[in-house]
Amino acid sequence: MNYVRHVWNHLRKDLQLEWRSRDSINGMLFFSLLVVVVFSLAFDPTEEMSRQIAGGILWVALLFAATTALNQSWTRELRNHVLEAQRMSSAPASALFLGKALANLLFVVLVEAVLAPLFIVFYNLHALGQGWLLWIVMPLGTWALVCNGTFFAALGLRTRNRELLLPLILFPISIPALLGMIQATSAILTGEFEPGIWIRLLIAYNLAFTTACLLLFETVLNSE
Amino acid sequence: MERSRSFVYIAAGWLLLTLGMIVYATRLALVVAPTDALQGNVFRIFFYHVPHSMLSLLFPYINLVGSVLFLYWKRRDPLKAMSADALAIASAEVTLVYATICLVTGMIWGRVAWGIWWTWDPRLTSMLVLWLLYVSYLMLRKLSSTGQTQTLAAVLSIFAGIDVPIVYKSISWWRTQHPAPVFFSSDPDAGVDKSMMPAFIANIIAWAMWGLLMLAIRYALERRRQEREQNAALKAIEDSLEFTR
Repeated sequence: MNYVRHVWNHLRKDLQLEWRSRDSINGMLFFSLLVVVVFSLAFDPTEEMSRQIAGGILWVALLFAATTALNQSWTRELRNHVLEAQRMSSAPASALFLGKALANLLFVVLVEAVLAPLFIVFYNLHALGQGWLLWIVMPLGTWALVCNGTFFAALGLRTRNRELLLPLILFPISIPALLGMIQATSAILTGEFEPGIWIRLLIAYNLAFTTACLLLFETVLNSE
Repeated sequence: MERSRSFVYIAAGWLLLTLGMIVYATRLALVVAPTDALQGNVFRIFFYHVPHSMLSLLFPYINLVGSVLFLYWKRRDPLKAMSADALAIASAEVTLVYATICLVTGMIWGRVAWGIWWTWDPRLTSMLVLWLLYVSYLMLRKLSSTGQTQTLAAVLSIFAGIDVPIVYKSISWWRTQHPAPVFFSSDPDAGVDKSMMPAFIANIIAWAMWGLLMLAIRYALERRRQEREQNAALKAIEDSLEFTR
């Protein structure tokens, strides 16, 4: 119960900070909108083709957008040595991580909520498979990106070129998750094959990496 | 000093032995082994390619073990932790070299046999992802600041260790759902004739010996670098003490 309260406090703090500045959400929104427009211009897809590539474009846009915001979410903690204070506090370190990852999840989900209608408009989409499954795939896929992304942003926080380092280590690790979310989304949009196996892959990926992140976060936070 | 001299003798002896083994294995592969009935002499690149791919799947385990040991010993026994970290970086670099050779020789063979350099076949893709993971591991070591490199790299290595089985499964599902082009569906190892086995085994042993030699040399280099760094740090502390006095 105590742990939940710590997580809630961290989450509330991050939401409040974001509410006051609205930096990362605005940045992410505009960035992903640009990616959608650029891809649409680059490929000029027909309706049939857009159904096949939309899953890939959506997730690539979200991945790029999330990486721009994830670094900021930790650089905030560096100002005025807030992170040092966090390290000294008696609250469990993983609660700090979980709070921040949940906050990032909420931000990216918000971006998705705005992006999805735009996507449908720009690419003339309607799902030929079971559309309601997207309600499961989207949060699972987002968590897969955000959980590891938040972890690696913390890992690269005190390195040189942290902006560069995050995608360099996040993308290779995320390849199976990306494959899972893109395949599941394409399966739902085209209705050509079953998304079930990919949803199970995402669940397994999330379970494995969330556990690893929670267990190893303290090591990363105190890595000096 | 005495210890490093005996290391040099052992390394030199091992080097001679390894070179002899490589010469012997190459002779078996290029001269003694019969020409493949279907593919002709192009097949001979497999004697080089298969041992490298097998070994590039073996060395990551050494990296993972080194990383886990580093995290375990970090607080309990810092000196042992340093040697575990040296093992981790040495095996990561050897992995990358072997995986690169595996990919390049595979592509050369693919160009001749399939007519294309690359295809997104499960094995090729998994090996490429492994290669990417180790490049990112070495990039992290390069970019992170001293003092925390080892810990961060060890954590990333554990993440990569968790990732590899998921990558392997997901890519095989990916390729079974979207059937691969039909140019080459059979397993390359399946058709190995008995007369080719000695050349295969000799090459595996030769390249394993070569890999271990590189691993040992890289380990020794890393240990020396650590030692020099420690001495420099100690000297800095001593100098600052003198200054305050």
